[in-house]
Amino acid sequence: MESATLLTESPELEKVEAIIEKHHYEESALIGILQDVQKEFNYLPGTALKHIARQLAIPLNRVYNVATFYRAFTLKPRGKYTISVCLGTACHVRGGKKVVEELERRLGIKAPDTTDDRKFTLQAVNCLGACALGPVMVINGEYHSKVSPKMVEKILKSL
Amino acid sequence: MKHLNDFNEFKQWQDGLIKSRDPNARTIVLCGGTGCKATGSKPVAEAIREQLNSYGLADEVALRITGCHGFCEKGPLMVVQPEGVLYTGVKPEDIPEIIKETVLNKKIIERLLYIDPVTNNKITYERDVPFYNKQARMIFGDNGRIDPVKIEDYISIGGYQALAKTLAENNPDAVISMIKKSGLRGRGGGGFPTGVKWESCRKAHGNIKYVICNADEGDPGAYANRSLLEGNPHSVLEGMIIGAFTVGANVGYIYIRDEYPLAVELFINAIRQAEQCGLVGRNILGSGFDFVMNINRGGGAFVCGESSALMASLEGKIGEPRAKYIHMVERGLYERPSCLNNVETWANVPLILNKGTDWFTKIGTGDVSQNPWGGSKGTKIFSLVGKVNNTGLVEVPMGMTLREIVFGIGGGIRGGKKFKAIQTGGPSGGCIPEKLLDLPVDYDRLTQAGSMMGSGGMIVVDENTCMVDIAAYFLNFLKEESCGKCVPCREGIGRMHEILANICEGYGKDGDIELLEELAETVRDSSLCQLGATSPNPVLTTLKYFRDEYEAHIKNQKCPAGVCKALIHYKIDAQSCKGCSACLKSCPSEAIAGEKKKPHVIDPEKCIRCGVCIDTCKFDSIRIIPGRYNAAQKLKITN
Repeated sequence: MESATLLTESPELEKVEAIIEKHHYEESALIGILQDVQKEFNYLPGTALKHIARQLAIPLNRVYNVATFYRAFTLKPRGKYTISVCLGTACHVRGGKKVVEELERRLGIKAPDTTDDRKFTLQAVNCLGACALGPVMVINGEYHSKVSPKMVEKILKSL
Repeated sequence: MKHLNDFNEFKQWQDGLIKSRDPNARTIVLCGGTGCKATGSKPVAEAIREQLNSYGLADEVALRITGCHGFCEKGPLMVVQPEGVLYTGVKPEDIPEIIKETVLNKKIIERLLYIDPVTNNKITYERDVPFYNKQARMIFGDNGRIDPVKIEDYISIGGYQALAKTLAENNPDAVISMIKKSGLRGRGGGGFPTGVKWESCRKAHGNIKYVICNADEGDPGAYANRSLLEGNPHSVLEGMIIGAFTVGANVGYIYIRDEYPLAVELFINAIRQAEQCGLVGRNILGSGFDFVMNINRGGGAFVCGESSALMASLEGKIGEPRAKYIHMVERGLYERPSCLNNVETWANVPLILNKGTDWFTKIGTGDVSQNPWGGSKGTKIFSLVGKVNNTGLVEVPMGMTLREIVFGIGGGIRGGKKFKAIQTGGPSGGCIPEKLLDLPVDYDRLTQAGSMMGSGGMIVVDENTCMVDIAAYFLNFLKEESCGKCVPCREGIGRMHEILANICEGYGKDGDIELLEELAETVRDSSLCQLGATSPNPVLTTLKYFRDEYEAHIKNQKCPAGVCKALIHYKIDAQSCKGCSACLKSCPSEAIAGEKKKPHVIDPEKCIRCGVCIDTCKFDSIRIIPGRYNAAQKLKITN
């Protein structure tokens, strides 16, 4: 019981609590709660999942079930920069895969991993909806269009 | 913004707004859609504001930042009204000149004009650009006429008139009969007649009903819904309110992809404005009809495009579909009657009510007067992307041929390459070969060709695209997106992908094609939902139309298109290589050697075929040779 009190008192959990409150403690808002928590922490911390389960009065496995089903969620901390390379069909036929491979080679990781220094997270995503500009790469919300393997080095250096 | 209490107040307000809209006003229209934002339209907008202020023109010349115009490839796009001069690829440093020359002196700046890739002619006016003038932009055209954050703009072009009329007449059955007669079919890809769906939902028992908008545009290569939500959110909202009144629902949900933050933001703004005006909320326009609108962001699961999975996700659960022997219109969200339509379907509703069914049925194919499945009416927005010259969003009348879309609007294939196929319908669709280019595009004909309408992706591929790789790509996508509930889909797609990946990696063997066909049939016939049932389409259509490519991979160990890394090698053309060493320096695996000013060579054993040298070479000297390097010699050794 003591540890539970400690958990709720940490400033992180207060943020989680505020998010749950904003969604009126409704079970049907679980996805929205997880989205907001992930926005806050850049990933879904285990303690947050436990807190959500407790506050919504649902089993933890249901929270875990949702958190692992949807592609948008990650249980691992992300890097400072999240590099999302679009591999939608339009980007694929214009060579998006080569861009991912070049990034993997330069960063020394495989998508969807994070570099050891927590600077970069590389992920290949399905269609960012900017198909006319492919291959498209988004770094922390900023779009780079018509990316070629050669441009990768320059873009990484600019960060 | 004023709160409207009845139909007359609305009419008065609208009349005022229409009058105040001066068609000859000097306006700079700038595209602020996601595509143009990505190419830098935001700094351009700032530069325009700054320049207009410094010239003291802020009151005379309006700046209208609109949603997507469709021609994303050439962004940022600017149209100077009332003349309609189109400038493409505009940069902030061009703005002082544009204001001085075009806005003040009506002179054209040649270098900013669009150049037609087919004729190489410069085109001055937006209306003369073939990309635009061959389209029928009934739904999408309004994007360029309004600022999506202003409800007044939408009302001034006739917005919410259909809703006001529907509420004033108070005859839901008449609305249903109109939608049925119009032959409108689901734009999400299924093609189910909208009027029939509404009628069933209206008849379904229950006090609480829902209307839902599917904006989880998951098909890779399609982004029409995004641009519609970002460019004209009120048209979708109006369609939904009319639908809700007609079927007897008081609550609406929209399920938008979280990857579309701008669409989410603009739709929330649209709801708030409609609430302030009294077009959403209690007792809308004094009719006694209440309507509440909710917005949910998707979690990024393709399967949530399936209606029952989407509803499960709205309830906060994982997106698993259920068997549909009980229809969603009877027991859908929270087990209550639910009427779900796609973004584009909802946006068609006000248009049909305003312009009438006779007008609508003149556009399109077939005859829907007796049977709502009898044809395809109206227009469809496609995202025309891939290896085509003019990429972007196009809205065409149903029945236009693929050739007209690809060559007429799209301006043909990039770089003078040869057309190979067009992929429609996303992962559930198929690849249509050159011999079927004269196929008129409608629901039924695409299905007959083994593909489908889907949510409107049209990905054009050329001779440098490998069809086995495309099939493997889609199956990989579907393998990851299968929710895993039913065995045929979960296991069958995985096995099909394994075979395809092996073929691409050079491990294809006799019998693979036959096994693929057998698996495809089983998965198609026994999957629970449409994700599984349509998943074999990419395999079956590529096998049907491009079987020789599969055979080249398996029997000759060659990728004829030069894509599959295991089955190609790179070579430097000694004739054109100038020995500049640019490739040598850029090669990450140190596979290139050679003296300065003498032709270089690639060591195929070291080469990882990453493509950096091809990007780097200014003389186009790196060749991709289909087939393994020294394949013949290697075979001899193993024998």
